[in-house]
Amino acid sequence: MTRRVALFVTCLVDLFRPVVGFAAIALLERAGCTVAVPRAQTCCGQPAYNSGDRPDAKALALQVIAAFEDYDYVVAPSGSCAGMIRVHYPELFTDDAAALERARRLAARTYELVSFLVDVCGVEAVEARWGRRATYHDACSGLRELGVKRQPRALLDSVAGLQMTELPGAETCCGFGGTFCVKYPAISDKMVSDKVADIAATDADAVLAGDLGCLLNIAGKLSRLGCAIEARHVAEVLAGMADEIPAIGAPG
Amino acid sequence: MQPTSHLFRENSRAELANGTLQAALGMAKTGFPLRRQAAVARLPEFEALREAGRAIKDHVLDNLDFYLERYERHVVAAGGQVHWARTAEEARDRIVEICRSVGAKTVAKGKSMVAEEIALNDHLEKNGIAPIETDLGEYIIQLRHEPPSHIIAPAMHLLKGQVADTFRAAHRDLDPARPLDEPRTLCDEAREVLRPRFLAADVGITGANFLVAETGSGIIVTNEGNGDLTQTLPRVHIVMTSIEKVVPTLEDAATLLRLLARSATGQEFSSYTTISTGPRRPGDRDGPEQYHVVLLDNGRSAMLGTEFQDMLRCIRCSACMNHCPVYAAIGGHAYGWVYPGPMGAVLTPTLIGLAEAGHLPNASTFCGRCESVCPVKIPLPKMMRHWREREFAQRLSPPVYRGGLRLWGWVARRPALYRAMTGITARAMGLVGGRRGRFRSLPLASGWSLVRDMPAPQGRTFHSLWAERQKRRPAP
Repeated sequence: MTRRVALFVTCLVDLFRPVVGFAAIALLERAGCTVAVPRAQTCCGQPAYNSGDRPDAKALALQVIAAFEDYDYVVAPSGSCAGMIRVHYPELFTDDAAALERARRLAARTYELVSFLVDVCGVEAVEARWGRRATYHDACSGLRELGVKRQPRALLDSVAGLQMTELPGAETCCGFGGTFCVKYPAISDKMVSDKVADIAATDADAVLAGDLGCLLNIAGKLSRLGCAIEARHVAEVLAGMADEIPAIGAPG
Repeated sequence: MQPTSHLFRENSRAELANGTLQAALGMAKTGFPLRRQAAVARLPEFEALREAGRAIKDHVLDNLDFYLERYERHVVAAGGQVHWARTAEEARDRIVEICRSVGAKTVAKGKSMVAEEIALNDHLEKNGIAPIETDLGEYIIQLRHEPPSHIIAPAMHLLKGQVADTFRAAHRDLDPARPLDEPRTLCDEAREVLRPRFLAADVGITGANFLVAETGSGIIVTNEGNGDLTQTLPRVHIVMTSIEKVVPTLEDAATLLRLLARSATGQEFSSYTTISTGPRRPGDRDGPEQYHVVLLDNGRSAMLGTEFQDMLRCIRCSACMNHCPVYAAIGGHAYGWVYPGPMGAVLTPTLIGLAEAGHLPNASTFCGRCESVCPVKIPLPKMMRHWREREFAQRLSPPVYRGGLRLWGWVARRPALYRAMTGITARAMGLVGGRRGRFRSLPLASGWSLVRDMPAPQGRTFHSLWAERQKRRPAP
């Protein structure tokens, strides 16, 4: 039976880089899924949740649950947003049995894009070509909340022309952290500077990751330093769309 | 110590500009994690052990009154005394009373974070009693009049050249020609100075890593053996510790000890693991004449039954700060009080208040590395988030920030309005920044653009492009 997937676009992809959403749809359709984009979606509520604003986080969670609960799966091109739904939505409703049950049912069917392709759809390789040396940064939420580690590496290894090199400190946070990066810019700057130095030391000409938050941070620092390394979402590369659009923060 | 946690931003900026600190942090950043990783790799059952450690501590916390009373009975049966202290002040007063009762002039101290928490040294000095730190790191920072920057490596913020300079300034008998450029020579110098002081001390004060309810014993771990000398040579031994350190049995302590050293320094076991039970018995060849335990609460019992109870599982291994990218950037002093890093970010607001320490649970990216290495699986990010919730509910966060958040939440709950606003924003930002692909400065988000560019949006939102495409290609 065909998997009916609802795409959770994420607010950053919606606003900054729609191509990631279209890449996700292409990858899901090639894996045999039918994809819908529920119209009543905005944001998963994580900014409110992590800022201590539980009432707004709950309201947004209920909005997402209502919009997505009729599908087989929820898939997001972000470990952070998928982790919010999968790990944290149930934590929001510990005092509301009915909502908790709905949150749990949705949580169990929510996945980060690349791990969904590999772990649920059984995708082992993609039809894509990209002639680069690239390295991969493990975004924290995907890595530690959802166990996204080998899946993107496995699929990237199947991209023709792409030479992957492991990033030292790949599991160390880039310093984005949502509102953290604007509330504590000096610390965030130190963290992203270290990250960018590690990336530059690999001799790669592109850095890939599965979360646009980290990528905007890393791309922004690379650009500020005048460093020509491209930053891209892993889905663009896996879907073969990386040549259609400039890298994140690159001139159009 | 006077907290400066409310100055966290200023503190951290100063530490980021401190070259010697950055050099010291650079060395520690990889050292501790690599050693822990190797130790964990050598022990296949490490994950099961973490689960066992968590279960032991949870069981104790659910029955804390029972195990504390049991512990006290066994301390008394072994000839010791237990002094219950509700506050830091009560604990300090009890210790001074004990010292006065034996006419103590000097006190040898083993490393104890609880003693730092109650600012014991200052209080002893005010009362005419000279405390001598005997842990090498603590001794160094005592000479420099600095607080610890790390819970197991208190002088981690220093380079060895600074330690040599400190010794040359403080040790009047030190031959200027004596070389002090190797860790070994620094240790030898400290040992020569400290050895007679152990012998002269009237009272020895140690902390405790664990208290064993079934035997009334205290357990300390050290790598220098200073704890053993501190608790066996002076006439009086005071164990200055806190209520959550109790475990039911020696077997339970052994399970936690297997986790502790591996998580802390990557050792299988610390060089010295020392169990003390009561004063010297008739026929014993050494040991103190009096054995006192000062048991501090200081807000801990108030954490029971709250969303912060899990924090009381902490065994003070320091793995969370050793793996924390924020700690690695700024070191421990920036946190502005005794406990730094993720465990400090959760614990400090309970001890000195959220108004003073509100920055600490906010200064985290929630990367989750601390929780992933915690030997007793404390959900540290989750508890930092609980502090943010209290801060939000108590309106302690800046009004502009709160207002912005509420406004954003209001819009995000109205998808049609949200789509209209994001559509305009994407187009405007895309038009202005599109050709260059990035913004150099953003007037409303200077925290971002001060240190990095902001990549420009593609120009259209996903949802507007998707709606267009759906019109062209009706759904099958």
